[in-house]
Amino acid sequence: MRLAELRNHEREMKQFQLRVAIAAFAVLAAFGVLAARFFYLQLFQHSVYQAKAEENRISVVPVSPNRGLILDRNGLVIARNYSGYTLEIYPRRVANMEQTINELAELVDIQPRDRVRFRKLVAETRNAENLPIRNRLSDEEAARFAANRYRFEGVEIKARLFRQYPYGEVGSHVTGYMGRVDQADQVRLEKEGSYANYRGTDYIGKGGVEANYENELHGTTGFEQVEIDAAGRGIRVLSRTPSLPGNNVTLTLDMRLQQVTEVAFGERRGAVVAIEPETGGVLALVSKPGFDPNLFVDGIDPVYWAELNNNIDKPLNNRAISGAYPPGSTYKPFMALAALQLGKRTPRSTIQDPGYFDFGGRRFRDSKAGGHGTVDLYKSIVVSSDTFYYQLANDMGIDAIAGFMKNFGFGARTGIDLQNEALGVLPSPEWKQARFRNPAQQKWFPGETISIGIGQGYNSFTPIQLAQAMAALASGGMVYRPRMVAHVHNARTGERRYFDPEQMHQITLRAEHVEFVKQAMAGVVKEGTGARAFAGASYTVGGKTGTAQVIAMKQNEKYDEKKVDERLRDHSLFIAFAPLDSPRIALAVIVENGGFGARAAAPIARTMLDYYMLGKVPAGMKKATPEDEAAEKQESD
Amino acid sequence: MELAPLPPLRRIGMRLAEGIDSTLLVLILILSMLGLAALFSASYESPSRVLAQLANLGVALVAMWLVAQVSPQTLMRFAVPAYAIGVALLIAVALFGDVANGARRWLHIGVTRFQPSEMMKLALPLMLAWYFHKNESTLRLGNFAVAGVLLIVPVALILRQPDLGTAALVATVGFCVIFFAGISWRVLGLLGGLGLAALPLAWGFMHDYQRRRILTLIDPTTDPLGAGYHIIQSTIAVGSGGPWGKGWLNGTQAHLEFIPERHTDFIFAVFSEEFGLVGNLVLLTLYSMLIARGLVIAGTAATVFARLLAASISLMFFTYAFVNMGMVSGILPVVGVPLPFLSYGGTALLTLFIGTGILMSVQRHRQLVQS
Repeated sequence: MRLAELRNHEREMKQFQLRVAIAAFAVLAAFGVLAARFFYLQLFQHSVYQAKAEENRISVVPVSPNRGLILDRNGLVIARNYSGYTLEIYPRRVANMEQTINELAELVDIQPRDRVRFRKLVAETRNAENLPIRNRLSDEEAARFAANRYRFEGVEIKARLFRQYPYGEVGSHVTGYMGRVDQADQVRLEKEGSYANYRGTDYIGKGGVEANYENELHGTTGFEQVEIDAAGRGIRVLSRTPSLPGNNVTLTLDMRLQQVTEVAFGERRGAVVAIEPETGGVLALVSKPGFDPNLFVDGIDPVYWAELNNNIDKPLNNRAISGAYPPGSTYKPFMALAALQLGKRTPRSTIQDPGYFDFGGRRFRDSKAGGHGTVDLYKSIVVSSDTFYYQLANDMGIDAIAGFMKNFGFGARTGIDLQNEALGVLPSPEWKQARFRNPAQQKWFPGETISIGIGQGYNSFTPIQLAQAMAALASGGMVYRPRMVAHVHNARTGERRYFDPEQMHQITLRAEHVEFVKQAMAGVVKEGTGARAFAGASYTVGGKTGTAQVIAMKQNEKYDEKKVDERLRDHSLFIAFAPLDSPRIALAVIVENGGFGARAAAPIARTMLDYYMLGKVPAGMKKATPEDEAAEKQESD
Repeated sequence: MELAPLPPLRRIGMRLAEGIDSTLLVLILILSMLGLAALFSASYESPSRVLAQLANLGVALVAMWLVAQVSPQTLMRFAVPAYAIGVALLIAVALFGDVANGARRWLHIGVTRFQPSEMMKLALPLMLAWYFHKNESTLRLGNFAVAGVLLIVPVALILRQPDLGTAALVATVGFCVIFFAGISWRVLGLLGGLGLAALPLAWGFMHDYQRRRILTLIDPTTDPLGAGYHIIQSTIAVGSGGPWGKGWLNGTQAHLEFIPERHTDFIFAVFSEEFGLVGNLVLLTLYSMLIARGLVIAGTAATVFARLLAASISLMFFTYAFVNMGMVSGILPVVGVPLPFLSYGGTALLTLFIGTGILMSVQRHRQLVQS
């Protein structure tokens, strides 16, 4: 019994030890699996996980470049940058947005429009990391927030560079403005393959030189490798690839001339373009009313935006290149040149001007009742005889007119380096054919040619086309592509890249014909319709007034300015160049609903030329603000 | 010749060393020191947590020493009451327990909170070992069925909390006792087959988060910021450690807070990132030695109770280590199992040291040379 128990015990012991051995083996096997896993992870896959750990801990933070300056031809700074504090919210890190903004409003001034703008930003920009609630904090506000920042998870103060336009509204259509990079910009940048360069950039040029020379101005985004923790907070900077600032863009524009022009223009609507005939460089480009690009800098507030967009005067439209107007009598010098060139008239041929021209049972009236009597080519320009040009147009025919005028660039985009240039209309049978659907309207009627001669009818040109044509005439037929930018300058390398004047073509004109028309235009300002505006001018100048009808007058109806609604009054036009020999400036002025060309547009041209030729600054305008001089000095440093 | 009386200090020293197995002591102290080093790094070199863990260690060492002084025969008397109280407390938890992180695990006892499931890790093997010891000579299949019920009751209660990690651990330890008690291979195979068949059923009873954890293990990338985050980040930590590690205090994953629970369940990620493959192999070796020592003690134990207890406690150490390291290195689902002797936390440390104390007690009262 006792022996059996002992044997039993021994067997049990053996069995137990066997099981312990099995367990030990299982332990070794399991640890072997772990060891294999460690070998796999830490030896074979080490580099993979090493990279992942680096990726985890290193975040690439873009460093936005300084945007290039925009300067005028004399080095005046038109657009520059200043650094300011913004208060930015990371929407994904904020639990209760409304409450957070309310609490922020106790520390910094947050206006209802800031809230509206912010809400709009949140709605418009998907996947945005951070969005500004307030820009341009005062030092005091920045300090107050900094002291309370622990209370605000997901709200940060950032130092950012803002665009600033020291001249405000002056030249706004030239410089354009900055706006947030929107969906359309993103798509375009992605297509161009430059989206990466816009990481960290919130604002992009929208219109004007800011948009057209975006690639020059923007610069190259730099990158910082920052060690971050799991919450995405930066711990330290590991490496830095500096950003490269954008190029400075120097315009052909003369900012002081621009200022003089805008002051002279006042609060009226219209446009002015002044061009350097020998280069095509634009000296002044005015579109009124304008806007203040500074208000766009930090995201325009919706109220002002709506105001700009709903304004009947369309301040955002650049009338100088996208507005099209009938040229009125400013067309006559070109018609006269055509007549000479095509042999339809000689300087000596005369007509009798009874004050009207009858054609096809219809009477075309001269603006002067009773007419100008005996009129030769010279006088036709000086006194602006309509009858002379009714006849001339009829004699030339529409095909000859259109064929000749095409050379001057009428009815074609000039190719200026600004966006949204309009085509205008140079009327011709082909144009009419294409323009209308109705077969009855497609046919060109000879009667329609008559008013073409005095710049009415279907004629419709942009101010830049008119100025370009004036420049071409003044220079004896050289047509240059108008342009805003003279050169770009890389401030870092000192490299300057000049944009050479681009002559598009040379119109074949006989020098004596050109000279005759120029002399006739000089006659306009000496003894003709422009004489009063240019009384006492001490430089030689040629010009031509123009009055363009906005509404068609019925036959025999007399135009009475007082009876016509202000917006239906005639446009006032003036084209000019100076001096007569080797002209340095050619310009076109259009004052919408300004009435007679001699009254509204010509004095503006006079003021501009007085400044440009003599340096005479009109009363009521400082020669230059101290700020300008400071900027100038800074630039030359 | 009279023996000179020993100097008092020496005497105290000898009394303290009595019943202490130096192999076990050295092993668990080395492991604890490694834990403190990793903990220091995981706390960003701030000593407060390390000091707290040192205090935990002190308490645990005292507990170990006390247990080591008690003979297995005395321990056997605690088996039934410990088990009964444990089950009662688990029921109490289910009825009145505190909810933390969506699970009802804690019980308020006066000033402190207490996790009865932790107590079960030792109470269950004690109970089962006692049960098999009592029925040593008349062991039948019915006894194993009773043992199975004794195991399932607390495991089911812990699963209900829900605490998958502890339940698995307790179940494994209990199973070890049954296995070492000599359950026949045929029954074992049958149970295994039934278990496999019941897996889909178990899936149906699982909580959503438990299912998610298992799914994330299969493909962590499905939820990189949610449930998969732990596995992805800890695997990166282990892998980026490389053969030699990034060096103590140089782990980027841990120091930049990419590793969640880096003081407790994921301390192995911190350790592994900084000490690399070499460190891991050292750790595996230390655990193997500890388990081997435990199994040797079990093999020479005097009674059924003692040997079953010693063997199952040894395998408890193994289960802890294997599940934890497997989870951190991405081959096992994420369950709340600490790394034995390294993870921060007083309760787990106490359990482990008491377990070691039991091993020492068994070793001290081992079967002497057979007469």
